[in-house]
Amino acid sequence: MALLQADHINVFYGAIHAVQDVSFHVEAREIVTLIGANGAGKSTVLKTISGLLHAKSGRIVFHGKELKGVPAHSVVAGGIAQVPEGRRIFLRMTVEENLEMGAYTQPRASLSAAMQEIFQRFPRLEERRNQVAGTLSGGEQQMLAMGRALMSRPTLLMLDEPSMGLAPLLVEQIFDIIRELHQGGTTILLVEQNSQAALSVADRGYVLENGRIVASGTRSDLLASDAIKKAYLGA
Amino acid sequence: MNWLSLAFSQIVNGLQAGSVYALVALGYSMVYGIILLLNFAHGDLIMVGAYTAFYAMTAFHLHPVVSVALAILISTALGVLVEKIAYTPLRSAPRLSLLITAIGISFLLENGAQLIFGADTKSMDPFVRGVLTLGNATVSYAALITILVSVIAMVGLTLMVKKTKLGKAMRAVSEDMGAAQLMGISLNKTISFTFAVGSALAGIGSVLYLCAYPQASPTMGSMLGLKAFVAAVLGGIGSIPGAMLGGFSIGLLEALVSAGGLSEWKDGVVFAVLIVVLLVKPAGILGKKIPEKL
Repeated sequence: MALLQADHINVFYGAIHAVQDVSFHVEAREIVTLIGANGAGKSTVLKTISGLLHAKSGRIVFHGKELKGVPAHSVVAGGIAQVPEGRRIFLRMTVEENLEMGAYTQPRASLSAAMQEIFQRFPRLEERRNQVAGTLSGGEQQMLAMGRALMSRPTLLMLDEPSMGLAPLLVEQIFDIIRELHQGGTTILLVEQNSQAALSVADRGYVLENGRIVASGTRSDLLASDAIKKAYLGA
Repeated sequence: MNWLSLAFSQIVNGLQAGSVYALVALGYSMVYGIILLLNFAHGDLIMVGAYTAFYAMTAFHLHPVVSVALAILISTALGVLVEKIAYTPLRSAPRLSLLITAIGISFLLENGAQLIFGADTKSMDPFVRGVLTLGNATVSYAALITILVSVIAMVGLTLMVKKTKLGKAMRAVSEDMGAAQLMGISLNKTISFTFAVGSALAGIGSVLYLCAYPQASPTMGSMLGLKAFVAAVLGGIGSIPGAMLGGFSIGLLEALVSAGGLSEWKDGVVFAVLIVVLLVKPAGILGKKIPEKL
């Protein structure tokens, strides 16, 4: 059985039918990407999984447990962490405090070990641990957002547009980290507008258009498809 | 010499009133910081606290310490109850609905108190008496206790917000509710906790007010609450050190105006400050500056 399974979910923003009958799954230790243009409904899907939004119909099952009615703050404790779009780190709190918030649901005793792991992966964060997060550069903020999500030691890490607003070199760095995390055993659900970069790391992908899934397949299927090349890969 | 001791006693007066303003301003500021609500019912918690302590001491002859604890407990419980019943259901409603609800709750509490306790001012004998003599100057014990207690409360609050897990969660929620939820922070718990802390401070404020003016009336909270609101805006609403700074500034300003023989202008001057702050520096003295570099 898949680690995460979404069956026929429909999500509304008021009268707007933002996600229409979307089904997909993520197997344990996979990297799966949802690609599509701005406003296609990708972020809405992630927010529905993390409990910030609620599906009107359909079901989402994680680890064999249905997520319906589970409040957002309990989803994290269940093993799903999200790096939200635009990073949304706590700008007025220090780097260390941001990381502590990431471990909010974890026992206090494991805090310093988890933080050490993050500092090993992102040495820049250790250098700036007492700095207010608002003073970090864009790339550092993205690292902090990822580190903060990893503090809860998630089974499933969801990343929403991690490449947004970053210089190409930094984008590459972020995707290297995604690969490393994957090799370390973390399952990843990646939402990206930058389809090229996303498909470079993903095992499989789904293409969203106006709230619907219009194509899906393995990385090589999607890379080979002419329609997708035209619409999303700029070929 | 005379001039000096007059100045000293006016400063003490100013700090005494300022302590109460600061405690109440903290409640305004914390609640605004977390749900962007100007909780106009906050001042009325002082009235409820004052009546509680008043009747505990006069009608039930409880020990002042027990009465004080009871007053703080009841204000805290009422503050949380109001949040649960009136504000939680409006969490995703427009902020204006929330503001109007707060004003409605304020009227409800004031008129409810009038119905239960009567419209007249209830007075009692002062329960903190005596003065401390320091050379030529004297300080009343009431003033000393007020200033000391509020400073302790503020230091405690600052440490709580800076160091504890719940305090950090409060800051996280006030900065970004959605991101805070993604961390596993429960909004309901954190917001209720914020109301509890703010209301407890108002409860402490009510008892300290009672030390200075041993009387209670249904509308006593409204002027005090408004002035504390001005203090919060002056310091920078949403900012905890700002609320403290604003509270003490307003207290000292009032003392200064009174010392100048213009005591009936006191209230007017406070509200003039509000107008000037809103015109010149709407974010207040320590208004939130977000360091940003994106």
